[in-house]
Amino acid sequence: MTDNAVPCTVKSPVPLQIGDAKTDTSRPGVYVIDVTFPHGQAVKIREISFKNYYTAFLMVRLQKKDPGSPGGCARWVTCLKNHPLMSSPHTEEGSQDYFSIYRHQMLVDPDDVTSVRLILRQPSSAWLNFTLEDIRIHQCASDDSERDMPAWFSQLTPVDQVPDLQGLPNPQTVASSIQQMWALTEVMQTNQTAAPIGRFDVDGCYDVNLLSYT
Amino acid sequence: GMEEGAELSVVVSQVVQRLRGTHLHSHLEREAKECLHRPEIRIECLKEDVRNFLKKTGWERKLQNAVYRELHVLPQPSHAAAPPEHTKEPLAYMRKAQACWEKRILKSLNSMSTELGVPLARKRPVREQKELLQKWSEMGTNEPDLSHFRPVYAPKDFLEVLTSLRNPNLDSSDEASCRSHLGLIQVSLNVKDIPEMREFFCELSLEKGQLGIDDHTSFPPGLSFAVLSEQDSAAAQQYSRQGCPTGLRAHLWALILNCSNDPEDVMHYEQLKAGVINHDLLVDNLIYKDVKLTASNDDYYFVFEDYLYQVLLCFSRDTAVLEHFNYSSATPPTCHTKGKSVCIRTHPPLPIIPFHGFSMYVAPLCFLYKEPSQLYSVFREMYVRYFFRLHSISSSPSGIVSLCLQFEKLLQVYLPQLFYHLRETGAQPLRIAFKWMVRAFSGYLATDQLLLLWDRILGYDSMEILAVLAAAVFAFRAENLMEVTSLAAAEAVLADLSTLKVMPLLQIFLFATVI
Repeated sequence: MTDNAVPCTVKSPVPLQIGDAKTDTSRPGVYVIDVTFPHGQAVKIREISFKNYYTAFLMVRLQKKDPGSPGGCARWVTCLKNHPLMSSPHTEEGSQDYFSIYRHQMLVDPDDVTSVRLILRQPSSAWLNFTLEDIRIHQCASDDSERDMPAWFSQLTPVDQVPDLQGLPNPQTVASSIQQMWALTEVMQTNQTAAPIGRFDVDGCYDVNLLSYT
Repeated sequence: GMEEGAELSVVVSQVVQRLRGTHLHSHLEREAKECLHRPEIRIECLKEDVRNFLKKTGWERKLQNAVYRELHVLPQPSHAAAPPEHTKEPLAYMRKAQACWEKRILKSLNSMSTELGVPLARKRPVREQKELLQKWSEMGTNEPDLSHFRPVYAPKDFLEVLTSLRNPNLDSSDEASCRSHLGLIQVSLNVKDIPEMREFFCELSLEKGQLGIDDHTSFPPGLSFAVLSEQDSAAAQQYSRQGCPTGLRAHLWALILNCSNDPEDVMHYEQLKAGVINHDLLVDNLIYKDVKLTASNDDYYFVFEDYLYQVLLCFSRDTAVLEHFNYSSATPPTCHTKGKSVCIRTHPPLPIIPFHGFSMYVAPLCFLYKEPSQLYSVFREMYVRYFFRLHSISSSPSGIVSLCLQFEKLLQVYLPQLFYHLRETGAQPLRIAFKWMVRAFSGYLATDQLLLLWDRILGYDSMEILAVLAAAVFAFRAENLMEVTSLAAAEAVLADLSTLKVMPLLQIFLFATVI
């Protein structure tokens, strides 16, 4: 879940409002948060997760690298329109909940994404502030990556070569008996019960008369 | 879509985990093993045949009921990143308020213990244990000196806490006129309006018969027997929406709550009783005091005084109650020994600290259940499903904060003149209605009416009906209330609810109000 989170830079929310932000007394109803990836990396997104703070609607736009065009110029597309986070902008439901937006909910495939733009809307004047917290972009696990293989992988003995045991037991027999033990521990783990024992045991190392609540 | 499937398998594995190792699980295993001797079980389709056997003998239905029960108390599936406290209560300021409130209560309890020189827990000397065992079924005859004990808090103290509840992100400046809260509750929770409630409570509509009003009309008498013989919790719950027949109510409620009086339940109760005999708790005195002040003074309930002690003293020692803290915004109190660094979580187990009027949650059930162990299981289940939400601070739709807000909004929207008048004369309606809702109307309505009301709490698995009834009572007495000029006068108009008929009031308010 939280593995595959891509390191990214989440910029501060920028309010969008008409008029002078400094002198205008009314609060903005729209914020934009830009999320960029280091080194101009292009990401295949699996999930965008965040914690809400009083945002009513979310729109998500992606900047995608166009693999076809030479020089790879990027274009912006909308992948999520007016997604409600709160059932009513004026009431608390959903206001502090955790959310995830998955690939299959998006209007376009989030592949080769270089930048993510989150557009937050809160039309109600009831709230002082609104934003999204803890924004994370999770990428798809790649099947064909050959990166980051530890060096000792290549130093392993191939299977068909008989190893020089030097008095040690045969690795195949050791492996099969360990497998049995592992299977036993798995059975124990899956049979764990949540049912209470019904007794209340304490070590008996206290004096009941000295108790106080905290 | 994809997430729903994933969510469903999480729920399934959670329920399986909870049911594993329970008595039901071992019964099922034993039944399955024993049926192998039966001729109709064939080796070539063993799984099929065993399943059919369990179905025929009613065991599948028992499992269904157990799963249904677990679904009631399972917390909502939460996001992977959400910490456990978020699952208990998503709003940070409510969690904080609940934690402060708990601290205050514990502080009060600690100082009571110090002032009176009474330890929080004390092992009883053998002689005292023997005495208590002998007098177990007539503890009401004890006359302990309770003059120095006072309830830890009363509903009105809790109301003060709720009225001062504030969301730091809410604009409460004068310009925010579109959301001005004229009532006492200043938080913006989602509550249903009348059109939404007409849908939710559709079985209460005027053209549907209700037990308690329309008994002599078109109620198929065999229906309740059919529901009971099927032993199906979900069907019983649906049935209860239109009221339970008096003679069958005890069985129907036990079925809805999945409380059987099996030997294991009796044994659990006996273990708790042994705990009471062994240890004396400070809180026991509070329980005695509460029963003496409330139930014993009540015309309907004083006869059950002894039962109340037998239930409540055990309840305060039951570790099974701790489970509900997984989905409650509250946290159980922890004990430390003075001087030593050992922290003992809730020993002696004390999940709940009773407040003034707590015993009234149990009293009405005494009309239905005579066997202490069954009375105990039903009460405990009602507490961990419903009543705990009436005295903890949370954003749950059945929680007391939502009920208060719902009540105030119903009055403001549908009886604006009455609401405005009462507010102007210093008689904020919630100040009067709060005590009704906190006690789920126990002790205010006539018992038969109260049981009809609690039929609907069970049937709809929600306590919103309490807010609706409170508003309906104000609507009913609106004419008199428009004449009052003070809070005291308003209290007087609403002092006696014992003649009210609950179902007509609810039906008229929900379905005959002009919107």
